Amino acid sequence: MKKTISLILSAIMICLSATACSSATTNSAASTTPAPASQAVSQADTAASSTAAAPAVTGSITASGSSALYPLAKDAIAKFKKINPDVSITLNAGGSGTGLKQVADGTVNIGNSDIEASSKLPKDQAAQLVDHKVCVIAMAPIVNKDVAAKVKSLTTQQLVDIFTAKTKNWKEVGGPDEAIILVTRPTTSGTRALFKQYALNNSEESSNASLETDDSGTLLQNVSSHKGAIGYVALSYLINNTSVNTVGIDGVDPTLDNVYSGKYKVWGYEHMYTKGEATDAAKAFLDYMQSDDYSSSVETLGYNVTSKMTVSR
Amino acid sequence: MVKKEYLGRFFVTACGVFIILLTMSIGAFLLYKGMGTFTTYHHSITEFLFSSNWNPADDFTGGGQVGAAIFIFGSIIICLLALLIATPFSLAAAIFMAEISPKISKKVLQPAVEIFVGIPSVVYGWVGLTILIPFIEAVFHLQVGFSVLAGSIVLAVMIFPSITSVSADSLRNIPGEYREAAYALGSTRWQVIRKVILPAARPGILTGIILGLARAFGEALAVAMVIGKMKAFPKNILSPTNNLTSAIASDMGGATEGGEYNIALWTMALLLLVISFTFILVVRKVSSKGEKQT
Repeated sequence: MKKTISLILSAIMICLSATACSSATTNSAASTTPAPASQAVSQADTAASSTAAAPAVTGSITASGSSALYPLAKDAIAKFKKINPDVSITLNAGGSGTGLKQVADGTVNIGNSDIEASSKLPKDQAAQLVDHKVCVIAMAPIVNKDVAAKVKSLTTQQLVDIFTAKTKNWKEVGGPDEAIILVTRPTTSGTRALFKQYALNNSEESSNASLETDDSGTLLQNVSSHKGAIGYVALSYLINNTSVNTVGIDGVDPTLDNVYSGKYKVWGYEHMYTKGEATDAAKAFLDYMQSDDYSSSVETLGYNVTSKMTVSR
Repeated sequence: MVKKEYLGRFFVTACGVFIILLTMSIGAFLLYKGMGTFTTYHHSITEFLFSSNWNPADDFTGGGQVGAAIFIFGSIIICLLALLIATPFSLAAAIFMAEISPKISKKVLQPAVEIFVGIPSVVYGWVGLTILIPFIEAVFHLQVGFSVLAGSIVLAVMIFPSITSVSADSLRNIPGEYREAAYALGSTRWQVIRKVILPAARPGILTGIILGLARAFGEALAVAMVIGKMKAFPKNILSPTNNLTSAIASDMGGATEGGEYNIALWTMALLLLVISFTFILVVRKVSSKGEKQT
């Protein structure tokens, strides 16, 4: 029996040392490896001839977090990799909370979040993180088609009353005689936090009268398939969408232009956090995401470019 | 030769020990995480089990409410209703397979039931979402079909094959002499099944039902898709509610690790483990009782 235990222990030790080694190699790869002089020169030459501008970036990046930012991050990674084929980037969704926690722990290089780190993490952990406001995201109320025919815009007060279940029928706000079906996101969702803060003046949504959906895609489907339904998603989910209609707030339609001018109020920054200043590959990637070259893709995907905002928060 | 034997023995032992360690460490981990609600954030077990105020704070200072009664009630009511729907069908199917027509069932029904078991739960949920929900809306003239009823029907379909196959096995295991003796006394086929076979197979059937119940309790995906996830006690079987597994699944990504919300979800996971552990204990008790009788 003693023999078996010692064998098991040694097996575990081998496993542990193997993982330690592999993590060490990734670290060294991420930092620019010092190479013999001659080789370095030839490498620089080829880099200069192929991609005229920046020196080729190597290394690996891991990122996780916000699902609202996920489509943009995925697109940016694909385009960044085209320019820098030697970089390996792993991206996971999983929620803002996960992203923040993992970047604070050092499990990932970049933590994506819809909300400020200070609102979820303890102060000492949040202070170590450096914020990169890679884009702006706006949330829009969406309604089922048959409501949209009559209701084009709601006042903030009407919206609050609807989401706190004080207003229960669409005819009270000029719509058809149909019960209002609330479709919302989970309490911990970043989308919900943003919508609550800027569209509902911090009034708590009535959880005991609303249907909850795990992700914006499902929410969109639920709103489009149920008469009298109202919910909210990020503008990025409404690109090429014809199944639901957006509703204006206080007469202002949720469009990218209205967000730039500051007329439309339900927007927030999308954050990419790094622990300490970004270095090497992660820095190159973050610079690329915020570059002018990439800004047109940001708008195509339904996000706002941070540098173009005429207002700030 | 001797050396080889040692190697094989070591491998088998290591695997066995590994499985035991894995199970125990998962249990210990859940216990460690789940107890945080009561130790770190100082909530009472009574609050967690019987209060319906669910509003944990998503940070490390705490101070929210962690009453999970709605989710617990939702889980229980949906599972019981699913059992109520599935058990008669399962029993009937098992009797047909074991007693009425063993030959056809071996060729057709048995494979069908086995395939049934293998269908991934997301498929059940999706089919429920696209067919069952609109159907309930049309039949009951509802705006929203997400409901306790929808969840129970999906679960009933899911646990039907498990209950059927375990029950059919236990029916087949009844010794042939029982039947022959009953027929010799002049019983009809129906009398044999009702008075002799079913009572004799009761421990096995009960085991099947409890296993089905355990599966129903732990199922997350399929139920989450059709239940509506409304944080309220259901008014009737046509109103939406929420259950333990769906609540964990929808907030586990967003809640900060180690925060009050996150820990409260771990406590729900611990509760699920305790419940399934209880079911397994009951199964063991029931089946050992059966062994003593025969």
